[in-house]
Amino acid sequence: MSFLDASSMTGGYGAADILHDCTLKVEKGQIAVIVGPNGAGKSTAMKAVFGMLRLRAGKVTLDGDDITALSPQERVRKGMGFVPQVNNVFPTMSVEENLEMGAFIRTDDFRDTMEQVYDLFPILREKRFQNAGELSGGQRQQVAVGRALMTKPKLLMLDEPTAGVSPIVMDELFDRIIEVARTGISILMVEQNARQALEIADMGYVLVQGANRYTDTGAALMADPEVRRTFLGG
Amino acid sequence: MSTRQPGAARGGKLRAPLLFAAMAALIAIEAATTGWNGALVIVNMGLISAILALGVNMQWGYAGLFNTGVVGFIALGGLGPVLVSMKPTPGAFSAGGWGILIAFAIALVTIMAAVWLNRHLTRMKGLAILAVLIAGFFLYRAVFDPAVAAIQAINPASAGYLGGLGLPTLLSWPLGALLAAGAAWVVGKTALGLRSDYLAVATLGIGEIIVAVLKNEEWLDRGVLNVTGIPRPWPVPYEVDLQADPGFLGRAAAFGLDPVTASTISVKLLYGTLFAAVLLVLIWALQLALNSPWGRMMRAIRDNEVAAEAMGKNVTGRHLQIFILGCAVIGLAGAMMISLDGQMTPSSYNPLRYTFLIWVMVIVGGSGNNWGSVLGGMLIWFVWIKAEVWGPQIMHVVTATLADGALKQHLVDSAPHMRLVMMGLILLLVLRFSPRGLLPEK
Amino acid sequence: MDILNALVAILNYVVVPATAYGAQLALGALGVTLIYGILRFSNFAHGDTMAFGTAITILITWALQSAGIGFGPLPTALIALPFGIAATALLVLGTDKIVYSYYRKVRAAPVVLTMVSVGVMFLMNGLTRLLIGVDEIKFADGARFLISAQEFKKATGLAEPLAIRSTQAITVITAAIVVAALFWFLAKTRTGKSMRAFSDNEDLALLSGINPSRVVAMTWIIAAALATIAGTLYGLDKSFKAFNYFQLLLPVFAAAIVGGLGNPLGAIAGGFIIAYSEVAVTYAWKKVAMYLIPGFQPDSLLQLLSTEYKFAVSFTILIIVLLFKPTGLFKGKSV
Ligand SMILES: Nc1ncnc2c1ncn2[C@@H]1O[C@H](COP(=O)(O)OP(=O)(O)OP(=O)(O)O)[C@@H](O)[C@H]1O
Ligand SMILES: [Mg+2]
Repeated sequence: MSFLDASSMTGGYGAADILHDCTLKVEKGQIAVIVGPNGAGKSTAMKAVFGMLRLRAGKVTLDGDDITALSPQERVRKGMGFVPQVNNVFPTMSVEENLEMGAFIRTDDFRDTMEQVYDLFPILREKRFQNAGELSGGQRQQVAVGRALMTKPKLLMLDEPTAGVSPIVMDELFDRIIEVARTGISILMVEQNARQALEIADMGYVLVQGANRYTDTGAALMADPEVRRTFLGG
Repeated sequence: MSTRQPGAARGGKLRAPLLFAAMAALIAIEAATTGWNGALVIVNMGLISAILALGVNMQWGYAGLFNTGVVGFIALGGLGPVLVSMKPTPGAFSAGGWGILIAFAIALVTIMAAVWLNRHLTRMKGLAILAVLIAGFFLYRAVFDPAVAAIQAINPASAGYLGGLGLPTLLSWPLGALLAAGAAWVVGKTALGLRSDYLAVATLGIGEIIVAVLKNEEWLDRGVLNVTGIPRPWPVPYEVDLQADPGFLGRAAAFGLDPVTASTISVKLLYGTLFAAVLLVLIWALQLALNSPWGRMMRAIRDNEVAAEAMGKNVTGRHLQIFILGCAVIGLAGAMMISLDGQMTPSSYNPLRYTFLIWVMVIVGGSGNNWGSVLGGMLIWFVWIKAEVWGPQIMHVVTATLADGALKQHLVDSAPHMRLVMMGLILLLVLRFSPRGLLPEK
Repeated sequence: MDILNALVAILNYVVVPATAYGAQLALGALGVTLIYGILRFSNFAHGDTMAFGTAITILITWALQSAGIGFGPLPTALIALPFGIAATALLVLGTDKIVYSYYRKVRAAPVVLTMVSVGVMFLMNGLTRLLIGVDEIKFADGARFLISAQEFKKATGLAEPLAIRSTQAITVITAAIVVAALFWFLAKTRTGKSMRAFSDNEDLALLSGINPSRVVAMTWIIAAALATIAGTLYGLDKSFKAFNYFQLLLPVFAAAIVGGLGNPLGAIAGGFIIAYSEVAVTYAWKKVAMYLIPGFQPDSLLQLLSTEYKFAVSFTILIIVLLFKPTGLFKGKSV
C-alpha cells in the first residue's frame, strides 16, 4: 500500500460534485505531481486529501491508517503539512513568527527544525524579522513551505508553490523540494509548470474535470505524445 | 439574511392573513379591556411604526444596508411640520432670517471653494484648503451668530425662533421626506461603497448629530424648549370644535356615546384612516417598484454584489438610490408622527427607541417582506407599549416572595427597564430561530 | 509671562483633559478593533459592555466602601476593578457561548453578527439599568488633585491655574500599563501570537493547529477587560451614566476606524486624534487669544463648536478619513 492513498474521491463544495472518482497516491519519499488545466479541480483534490472538503465517496489512508474522517488539524498531527495555493502566510507577522505558528502544535523544542528551514531557505534567515506580507512572491512561497515543514511532516502537500515566481527562482524552489524529498518526506504537489514538474516527479497525475485522465510515472507522461500535445504545449 | 431556505414558509398562503387577524384580535382585546381610546392610540402609532419599518426594510431587506441613524432621519422629518405649518414669528425673518440665509450661502461657497481647490491645486493643497475652511468658518460665524441672537431675542418665552410658513400641515409631510432624503444623500455619498459596517457607524454619527442640532438650534425649532401647538393635518378636527358642533353631538347621541368620548375617538379614527391611506399607497408603490426590473435588479445586487458588479451594474449607485428613498420614507413617518403629537420635543429622540426598536420591527416582521414590516411595526409597537405595563407586573410576581426592603424596592423601581431586555431577547430569538421573520420574503 | 499663561491655559483646558479622554477612547477602541480583527464584526454592544463592567465595578466599590475598605489616596474603584473585569468577562463569554458561537458555526455574514450584537446591546443596556439605574453616579474617592490649581498658582506666580485631577493621572498611567501589557502579550506570548495569526489568516491558523475556541475566548476576555477598564476610568474621570456609555460608541468606533479597524496601534492613535480634536474644537479659545495677542478683546468666546456638538467632531473626522483613506490612517483590515 502507498504511503498516501486517496482513492475514488467524489465530492464538491455544494450540491454539484467537482471531483469524480479521483485517485491520488504517493510513495514514501517520492514526489507526485498533479497537473491539469485551470479549474480542473486540482486544488479541490488537494483540499479533499487534507480533509477540507466533505467527500461523498472515497477513502484516504496515510501510512495505512484510515484518516477519511479526520479534521485538517488532526491530519496535521498525523504528519501531513499543507501549503495552500493562496493566502499561505500570515502577512502582518514576521518570518520567524510565521515559522513559530507552523510549529504551534509542537510541545517540544523546535529550534533545530527552524534552523533546518533556515538552512534550506537561507534568505529567510536574513529576513527573519521582516513581515511576511512585505516579502517578494518567491520569498513568500519559501515562508509558506517553511511554515509547513515546521511540524516535521511525513507528507508535504504543495499547491502551486511556484505560482508567480520567476523561472530562476522556480528552479531554485524545485531543487529545494527535491532536497526535502531526499530526507524521506513524501511530496504531493500541484504544478502549473507541468514540464519542469513532471521532470522531477516520480509519479504524475493529469486531472481533467475532476477525474484522472492520465496516470503514470513522470517520465512516461513526458514521453506520451498525447499528453505532450494536449497538456504540455507540444 | 444569510439563511435563505427554499420553499414556502410554514402556513403557506394563509399565513399572512392569519397573522394580521391575530394582530387585529390583540387590538380588539386591548380595546375591550382598556377602552377604544387607548387601543386607537396604539394603532395610530403602530401605523407610523409600520411606515418606519417599511423605510428600514427598503434599506436592509432589499439592499442589505445597515442604517443605525434612523432616529436622526425621523427627527429631521419631524422638522417638516414645524417649518411648514407653524405661524411665522412676526419680525423674526427680518431680524435674522436673511443673516442665516447669507451664512448658509457662505458655508456653501466655502465648501465649494475647498472642493475646487482639492481638484485643481497640486502644491500646498492641504494648507490652502485648511486656510479657506478656517476663513470661511469664521466668516460664517460672524454672520450667523448675530442673526441667531436677533431671532432668539424675539419673545423668547413663547417664540424665539423663525417659526414656519403657516401652510397646511399635510404639505409638511413631503417636506419631511425631502429633508431626510437630503441628509441621506450626504451620508450615503461618503459612506456607501465602502465596507458595510462603515455605513453603520457613519449613520450612527449622523443620527446623533441631527438630534443634537434639533436640541440646540433654538432659532430653528426652539430646541429643548419644544414647539407646541403644531396644527393638525386636514381633515382631522379638534375635539373642542367637535364638541361644539350640534351636528356631531346629534350623531354621537345616536350612537349612545357621550360627546367627549365620541370626539376623542373620532379624532383618532380620522388620524388612523389618514395614516392607513398613506401606508397603503406606500405599500402599493413599493410592491410595484420591487416587482419591476428595478426591484429585481436590487435583489440581484443584494444576493450577490460581486456578480452584479461584474455584470456591469452600478452597485454603489443603486445603493445610494435605495438608501435615499428609504430615508425619505422614514422622514415622512417622522413628519406624520409630529403632526400626530402636535408638538416637537427634540429631547425625546432616543436611539434605542427610534433606531433599534425599528430594527427589531423589521427583523421580527421578516426582512425583505413589506407586509412583514407592517406586521412587525404594529406588533412590536404593541409589545413595547404593553411591556411598560407588564414589566412592573412581572416584577411584582417575581418579587412577591421577597421581604420588603431596599432590594425589592430597587427591583420594582427598575422594572420599566425590563422592556429593553425583552426587546433584546425578542431580537436574538428571532435572529436565531426564525431569521426570516414572521412573514418571510417569498 | 503672557505666553507662559497661554501655554498653561492650553495645558490645563486642552492637553490634560484630552489626554485623559484620549486614553479612555483608545482603550475602548482597542476592544472594538480586537473583536473586529479576530471575530470579524463590528460590536455594537461594546459601549454597553463598558457600561456593564463599570456598573459592576461601582457596586463592588460601594460594597468595599461600606465595609470601610479604601485605597488610600487612590480611588477604591481600582480595587474593585479586577472583580468588575471578571464579572464582565464571564458575561461576554456566556453571551458568546449562547449567542455568537452559533453564527460562527454557520459562517454567517459579518453584518448578521453586527445585527446580533444590537440584540446583545439591548440586553446589556437593560441589564445595566436593572443593576444600577439610569441616574448619574459619581464614585471617585481618594485624593482629588495631583496638582491643584491653588498650589500651582502659588508655586509659579502665574495668573493661569494648572490642575491635574488624580483621576486624570490615574487614567493615563493605567492606560499606559494596560496598553504596554497588551502589546507585550500580542507580540511575545504564544497565545498572543496565535491571536494575531488568527486575525491575519483564519484558515491558515486552523491548518496550523491553532485552537479557534481558545482564541475566541481569549479575545472576549481581553475585550471585556479593556471595556471595563476604559469604562471605569471614564466614570472616575467624569461620571457614570448608562446612556452616556451607549453614546461613547460613536467616538470609540470613529477612533477604531480612523486608526484602521483591526489595527491595535491605529486604535490608540485614533483615540487620541478624536479626543484632541473634540476638546480643541469645543474649547473657548478667547483667553488664550487674549494672552497671545496683546490688546485683543474678542467679543465672542472663540469657541468653534458648542460642546453639545462634540459628536460632530468624531463624525467629521470619520467622514474625512473615509473619503481619503478608507482603510484608516494605519493599515487596517479590509474585508
Ligand atoms: N470554495 C469554492 N466554492 C465553490 N466552488 C469552488 C470553490 N473553489 C473552487 N470551486 C470550483 O471548483 C472547480 C475546481 O476548482 P479548483 O480550484 O480545484 O481548480 P484548479 O484545478 O485548482 O484550478 P487552478 O489551476 O486555476 O488553480 C472550479 O469550477 C471552481 O469554480
Ligand atoms: Mg488551484
